[in-house]
Amino acid sequence: MGEMEQLRQEAEELKKQIADARKACADTTLSQVTSSMEVVGRIQMRTRRTLRGHLAKIYAMHWSTDSRYCCSHQKPVRLFEWDCERGRELGVLPLQVLFQGVCFWDPPKSKQVCSSSCAKPSVVFRRRVRISFVRCNDATSCLLGYLSCCRFLDDNQIVTSSGDTTCVLWDIETGTQKCVFVGHTGDCMSLAVAPDFRLFISGACDATAKLWDIREGMCRQTFIGHESDINAICFFPNGNAICTGSDDATCRLFDLRADQELVAYSHESIICGITSVAFSKSGRLLLAGYDDFNCNTWDSMKGERVGVLSGHDNRVSCLGVTSDGMAIATGSWDSFLKIWN
Amino acid sequence: MFLGADIVQWLMKNLSIEDPGEAIHLGSLIAAQGYIFPISDHVLSLKDDGTFYRFQAPYFWPSNCWEPENTDYAIYLCKRTMQNKARLELADYEAENLARLQRAFARKWEFIFMQAEAQVKIDRKKDKTERKILDSQERAFWDVHRPVPGCVNTTEMDIRKCRRMKNPQKVKKSVYGITEDSQSQSPVHTPAQAVRKTTKDDLHKQISFLNLQIDRHCLKMSKVAESLISYSEQYVEYDPLLTQPEPSNPWNTDDTTLWDLESRLSKDPSQQRVKRWGFSMDEVLKDPVGRDQFLRFLESEFSSENLRFWLAVQDLKKRPLQEVADRIQEIWQEFLAPGAPSAINLDSHSYEKTSQNVKDPGRYTFEDAQEHIYKLMKSDSYARFLRSNAYQDLLQARRKVAFSQD
Repeated sequence: MGEMEQLRQEAEELKKQIADARKACADTTLSQVTSSMEVVGRIQMRTRRTLRGHLAKIYAMHWSTDSRYCCSHQKPVRLFEWDCERGRELGVLPLQVLFQGVCFWDPPKSKQVCSSSCAKPSVVFRRRVRISFVRCNDATSCLLGYLSCCRFLDDNQIVTSSGDTTCVLWDIETGTQKCVFVGHTGDCMSLAVAPDFRLFISGACDATAKLWDIREGMCRQTFIGHESDINAICFFPNGNAICTGSDDATCRLFDLRADQELVAYSHESIICGITSVAFSKSGRLLLAGYDDFNCNTWDSMKGERVGVLSGHDNRVSCLGVTSDGMAIATGSWDSFLKIWN
Repeated sequence: MFLGADIVQWLMKNLSIEDPGEAIHLGSLIAAQGYIFPISDHVLSLKDDGTFYRFQAPYFWPSNCWEPENTDYAIYLCKRTMQNKARLELADYEAENLARLQRAFARKWEFIFMQAEAQVKIDRKKDKTERKILDSQERAFWDVHRPVPGCVNTTEMDIRKCRRMKNPQKVKKSVYGITEDSQSQSPVHTPAQAVRKTTKDDLHKQISFLNLQIDRHCLKMSKVAESLISYSEQYVEYDPLLTQPEPSNPWNTDDTTLWDLESRLSKDPSQQRVKRWGFSMDEVLKDPVGRDQFLRFLESEFSSENLRFWLAVQDLKKRPLQEVADRIQEIWQEFLAPGAPSAINLDSHSYEKTSQNVKDPGRYTFEDAQEHIYKLMKSDSYARFLRSNAYQDLLQARRKVAFSQD
């Protein structure tokens, strides 16, 4: 027996042991435990604001940490900032790069916005609310694929996920890659940072989600269960569980300590993929944006659908809950941003 | 052929849908993708009434991954103009499209015209009713791929997925069986990355990763489920989507009092907020007002060095790289060096490790020490803080104020 064959067998044996250990821990299901829980009741949300101004599909949005402003961008290429409360634009930043992947907002102190591009991988930063272009860092051209998502860890560090199947930790000042997280076998589509900023998770087109240790630079856990590309991922508010949304029309809740799937949120009548997920402040409600132009609200504990946010005329491409939990914003290919609660 | 209402009924029965609105939505999706279509309308949506619908032919199904070229569309429109039937007249937007295509394909127009003629000849040979059905199916196919202006184009894909390059199922063949030598290469479709074969190294890495996984202890589902449930129950009163916030949600009433109260600089924290500090030490440390209170309490007991060390290390991790080395020295001098003014209590093992780390400074130099101090604070200082008069007063503060106002 060749060495390769032996190694393969060893790996299979280990995988089997891990699967058995997981099964042994599965002494109940989440739905069983929550069957006695009080029902949350039908959650009906109304649109409180509609932000008009985009002329094209919105691809991503993000709330500021003070929960009053958000930024969004569209393809073609414009970064918008909104004063959501008053429902108007603060500023528009037209950018040179061909496509934009995502954008977001960081701690209120320096008000940085990072935007990453699809065509020419480069990361753009900006300071201050008004439009002023600080830096376009070309060091990222060493990436082989597009950037799909990025998140600030603090004023000086950013984590990005890319279509070349890796995630990278960057140092903003020097524009260098501090650490490359390798392990996925498919394009990484999104990532989320843990509440304690020590870990982050990424979801990829290989149908797995991985938990990474930022300091050690390695993968701690891998979560399987989805049948298709994972498009969206987020942490449960206490950082002990994660939720993923996928093209297989389900969202799944994985627990980090039990190392397996707790529950899948799906229904026979839902056949389209999920583009974005977010939890409410207590974690009891899970909001997910779908390709069928709606956003569904799920009771995360009981696994049932408790509401629908309909109002968009095209795919819901992104959504976010404010950090104080007061409202949700959804962005869509119909070029509108809506704020709900 | 069948009625729209029939489809809605069927969906509700077979997919356990209770809400007819839901069934209509789902049916409209199926229609928008092109599997069923209304025979007398270009707009592909489902109506719960007597409108007639038809099934699309499998040849035209989206699952065949068509990406029809504009030449095919041109042939189709041209063909339509050749047939002298009132019901097959071009709609306005189709006429516009045809004019545009004529300009774009000016050189190839003769070829397109010939193809259209050939198609018309073939169609004439078919049975009349069969032709009617095929015509409507063909029209529906083009309604999906070249939708009426104002309708959503369901064939549009996320640009990130488009760039994924490996979509071998996408068929570049012509709907009408024409072979084109000059298929233009779309700039978005770059050649696929070659798949790497697994090497011995890969397997070794995989095995060591799996070994780590096995060593890690899994918690039982019942236990983790309990902890998630208790978390969500504990925080439900802090979730504005489930519990009405006091005095009101600013998004609903345009009254920003709540935000002003919650603002980080607030000197007068609400009872609810103070109560939250009691949930865990992380809550106190997260909230600037809580941190401040905690620090003041510890200072009053002359034991604030632990918290100050912890805060200093947190701050260190966010500093720009060029400042890191200096800060490390400062922290060392203040808290750890022999004779330090705010000496913290570290066990000898952590102390040894930290002094080693200081020689090779980085953002995580004090990580071990910080963890040790965190645990110490949690078991000692934090518990005392919660029992302290200062905290208890704040927790009851409103009540006191309410009484004094009587």
